[in-house]
Amino acid sequence: MSVPFYVSPEQLMRDRADFARKGIAKGRSAIALQYADGILFVAENRSPALHKVAEIYDRMAFAAVGRYNEFENLRIAGVRLADMRGYSYDRRDVTGRALANAYAQTLGAIFSSGGEKPLEVEILVAEVGLSTAEDQIYRLTYDGSIADVRGYAVMGGPADQVAEYVGEHFQEGISLAGALRLAVDALAHDGSEVRQLTPDQLEVAVLDRTRSQVRKFKRISEETLARILSESRPDTTESTDGDAKSEAAESTGSADDTAGASTKDDVPIAPPEDPDDNSPL
Amino acid sequence: MTFDASGRLPEAFMTPGGSSFMDFLAGYAPDLLPGRRSLGSADFSDQVPHGTTIVAATFPGGVVMAGDRRATMGNIIAQRDIEKVFPADEYSAVAFAGTAGFGIEMVRLFQVELEHYEKLEGATLSLDGKANRLSALIRGNLSMALQGLTVVPLFAGYDPDIKGGRIFSYDPTGGRYEEHHFHSVGSGSVFARGALKKLYREDSSVTDCITAVIQSLIDAADDDSATGGPDMLRRIFPVVGVVTADGYRRLPEDEVAAIVDAAWAERHNRPDGPAAASLT
Repeated sequence: MSVPFYVSPEQLMRDRADFARKGIAKGRSAIALQYADGILFVAENRSPALHKVAEIYDRMAFAAVGRYNEFENLRIAGVRLADMRGYSYDRRDVTGRALANAYAQTLGAIFSSGGEKPLEVEILVAEVGLSTAEDQIYRLTYDGSIADVRGYAVMGGPADQVAEYVGEHFQEGISLAGALRLAVDALAHDGSEVRQLTPDQLEVAVLDRTRSQVRKFKRISEETLARILSESRPDTTESTDGDAKSEAAESTGSADDTAGASTKDDVPIAPPEDPDDNSPL
Repeated sequence: MTFDASGRLPEAFMTPGGSSFMDFLAGYAPDLLPGRRSLGSADFSDQVPHGTTIVAATFPGGVVMAGDRRATMGNIIAQRDIEKVFPADEYSAVAFAGTAGFGIEMVRLFQVELEHYEKLEGATLSLDGKANRLSALIRGNLSMALQGLTVVPLFAGYDPDIKGGRIFSYDPTGGRYEEHHFHSVGSGSVFARGALKKLYREDSSVTDCITAVIQSLIDAADDDSATGGPDMLRRIFPVVGVVTADGYRRLPEDEVAAIVDAAWAERHNRPDGPAAASLT
């Protein structure tokens, strides 16, 4: 009879965690940021169809990085859970906390079960409240650990570097245009050299508490994004250092905040014309 | 909701494929679906509230849907201010006539069904697709319909392909029929349809279309005891929903009140309502 190799539980868990972490670090980052009127999501995503950010329910959204098939499954489960709860109780009874808990249990159970490979994903569950203080952002990692985040969260890719940049420039009550500028700049500062990101490489969505509809989730189309970005960057030269640039973004940000949230862009979800233009998810 | 021992979401939630909330419920929690309950063989039809008349009419660029506010239970008025017209999603409206309890449940399920599909697929269903899902929902209710607990919905929405409104009616077996220009369901529908036939203009403005629809409801209430006319003392007026390219909009109470007040004042002179402009 052959004796199986002994692997200590610590080693086993470490191996599994390393495996998951490596998978997640391979991709590009995603950022969630609280701004004055809600929560902004910016992800670097070259695919217009495969989303990293999505609507879950009225006031809730989901953002993820890692393996698409795995987090897509989690997203679908989240929508089913939320719709199920909303249908059997009431729309108001669907909470981010309950969903984040369900995700945490699921991720944790998969991580610690011997038979399955851990999910290579990191996800955010965000719920927009009536005020910034009531906003909730939960960050969940591959092992099911859950953290309550305030202000901003960065995950995937070189998350630490991006988070550092956001941390340096983030301030509470930032305008939408300012937050967008900051997030895009942060994504560009993910390596030793600063990259130039164009709107078609970005996926942007907001949970906008000022939206009159019950469903607060809204995608920001490429054109709107390009407009906001061009307006918040008076000179397009890349030579300025990070601080000066984000301050410029800040000052102009408040001025064109109304432009960012103009009603013209706030078309209902799935508009009747040009569905490709402004797809709901 | 049951979770398995490890606390993770049940298998049904994590199974890929299937964008229908109804199908998900059928597999995971079938007792939440209407039409899955056994009722015995009694006829309850006089002991539960029934919603009555619904009308819908199209105008260039959209569709109007309106319903009276009465629910009856045999000869009793069960409710004076029931609402029977709802947004199904941002571009369509649904209303029901018949057993109120099942009607409301059906509307809620239909709303979730459309929203669920939209979220999972990232695209909305076509208007015909939505109309067909409603068919499937009614079909599930067939056994109850045979016991007298019928629900007959009316569905209308904005179709981006034709840039205008469309109306769909249903029978209790789930049959789906597209109606042109206008339609009415419920106990007072015969009278409402007769009135609309004389008042409807294909090229009318939104306001004229709304007025015609409200006039037809007043006519229905005039001849059908189960249909509630505008309640002038309590200021309870029909629910009016308008669907255009801008989405669903419920007409604010004061706008409805203004139209009803004008129609009502005119009926002091001619109780039968507006007369046809010409006989030929």
